[in-house]
Amino acid sequence: MNTLLPLFTAIPICSAVLILIIGKFDKKNFPRIWSLLTSLSLLFILVVVWDKGTIIHEMGGWKPPFGVVLVKDNLSRMMLLIVNVVAFLTIIYSYVYIVKFEDYLRFFTLFLFMLAGMNGVVLTGDLFNLFVFLEIASIASYALVGYGVDAEELEASFKYLILGALASVFILFGIGMIYSITGSVNMADVARFIVENNLGGNNALLMATGLFIVGFGLKAGLVPFHAWLPDAHSSAPAPISVMLSGVLIKVLGIYSLIRIFYSVIGITPVVSYIFITMGVISMLVGAFMGFGQDDMKRMFAFSSISQMGYIAVGIGIGTPLAIIGALFHLLNHAGFKSLLFLSSGAIQTSTGTRNLSELGGLRKKMPVTSATSVIGALSIAGVPPFNGFWSKLIIILAAFSAGYFWLGAILVFTAFLTLAYYLRFQKNVIFGEPTSLLKNVREAPFMMVMPMVVFAVFCLLIGIFNGWIISNIIIPAQGIITNQLGYISSVLGI
Amino acid sequence: MTLYFLNFVLLIIGLYALVVKRHIVKKILGVAIMEYAVNLFLILLGFRKSGIAPILTEDMDLATFIHTAVDPLPQALVLTSIVIGLGTLALMVAMAIRLYERYGTFDMDEINRLRG
Repeated sequence: MNTLLPLFTAIPICSAVLILIIGKFDKKNFPRIWSLLTSLSLLFILVVVWDKGTIIHEMGGWKPPFGVVLVKDNLSRMMLLIVNVVAFLTIIYSYVYIVKFEDYLRFFTLFLFMLAGMNGVVLTGDLFNLFVFLEIASIASYALVGYGVDAEELEASFKYLILGALASVFILFGIGMIYSITGSVNMADVARFIVENNLGGNNALLMATGLFIVGFGLKAGLVPFHAWLPDAHSSAPAPISVMLSGVLIKVLGIYSLIRIFYSVIGITPVVSYIFITMGVISMLVGAFMGFGQDDMKRMFAFSSISQMGYIAVGIGIGTPLAIIGALFHLLNHAGFKSLLFLSSGAIQTSTGTRNLSELGGLRKKMPVTSATSVIGALSIAGVPPFNGFWSKLIIILAAFSAGYFWLGAILVFTAFLTLAYYLRFQKNVIFGEPTSLLKNVREAPFMMVMPMVVFAVFCLLIGIFNGWIISNIIIPAQGIITNQLGYISSVLGI
Repeated sequence: MTLYFLNFVLLIIGLYALVVKRHIVKKILGVAIMEYAVNLFLILLGFRKSGIAPILTEDMDLATFIHTAVDPLPQALVLTSIVIGLGTLALMVAMAIRLYERYGTFDMDEINRLRG
């Protein structure tokens, strides 16, 4: 059973190399079909290992803390579910979308490397290995953001690259700091050393904490480290925007922050306070900047910053209820923000523009895309019974029950702001009268519409069956986060 | 301690180049300097003055080995990190060339078609 875990990274990497070789002879169909099969096989492996509890794989047979371990617990299985489902549907969507770039080979190779990197980040139990997988995913995503090689795309990609490289340097520096205190890079062993020696206020550990917050905060796009995010998200091809906003910033940023601060270093009041502050600023800045945008994808990107703020606040409050809310919002955000970015790609493909001022009245011309965009917008705005409502409700309730009344008020206020700018999106794009430019607009092709419908159904079903999702997926994951000693003993076997 | 301080100064020089300089190539050099500073930091963690290579031969006493050998783990980490740094650097230089083709300049202040 545990030998299945390395396959999550090995299969995409091998497929990527295979696509590079065989794709030389069959440039068009092989990369698309093979990457679809790769993603499908990963989903199949996930189903096999899904309810097998915590699985530890020792790479090369070396026992922890000496070797690298892969750990699949209830938190990583939830992240694996998000990553692989979103990646699968995005590959289906890319099947037609990518035709206009006329280069299937490199797109799918880089895409699979990014997928391998993210699966690796989620599974690894070793700090340095986390850095390596994080770099695999990041470097692939830098190249994919600039995939169109137009001036704006290259500019966005270069900004993202510079800030991403800065983040990587900070993360590696932090790992070096941790190694200098504990003499180990195995997460469970580091956590054991910190707990046993009661190192909470150690100066080097505080410095590592600061470096990790800056490094992973840059990857997560939290304000004040968000400068790259709107450019990169709006310039990338639509499938890559989906991967960036739907999974990459969550896996590389939020998941790594949760794993390192809850399972390894141990959360302290100061760190909680920093999370809450960064979350509140992200929520407000993202929401207010979202109002002023004319470009649809830039608006979605700022709304991503705002929703990341919700998750950061949930993690910062730190009560079990707040963490359930944060994880549930993470799952939901992957659904509705992927849906919205896919819709923006479909609208751009059909109409040739994504400016709110030039669009209008797509309800009659593109009925399916309009319906899915409305579902996505209502979900993210927190309208019941869609999924966004329940997760925001849980975070707000958690804030009030933990005694943060002003925080609860800001959360409610931001929810209304989000509703307001998504209503503006609906009014300008879906409803109203079509402008003269849009007379001959047709619905997007089936392969692009189908993933959008699937995401829309997910949003509705998760909203309706929220109790089942929370008790079967979210609460087990929350149990891993709040039980640091349990993580240590399950990995080290003591 | 002096070594660590000088190492930190190197990191700050890289950060300065990255943040303040407008020329793309200087920014890239800043990133490279920061990467080298961090690699040097990792190596310093395992450094030991007049230490020996961490290879245990048969004629060696285990206690003296522990007290004289350098720490091999940071060296292994740094090898990986250098390769990753090379990948990032190659991508950055390729991007810089493409940017020059599109904008005709290396000045980051003139490459501003996107509002940050």
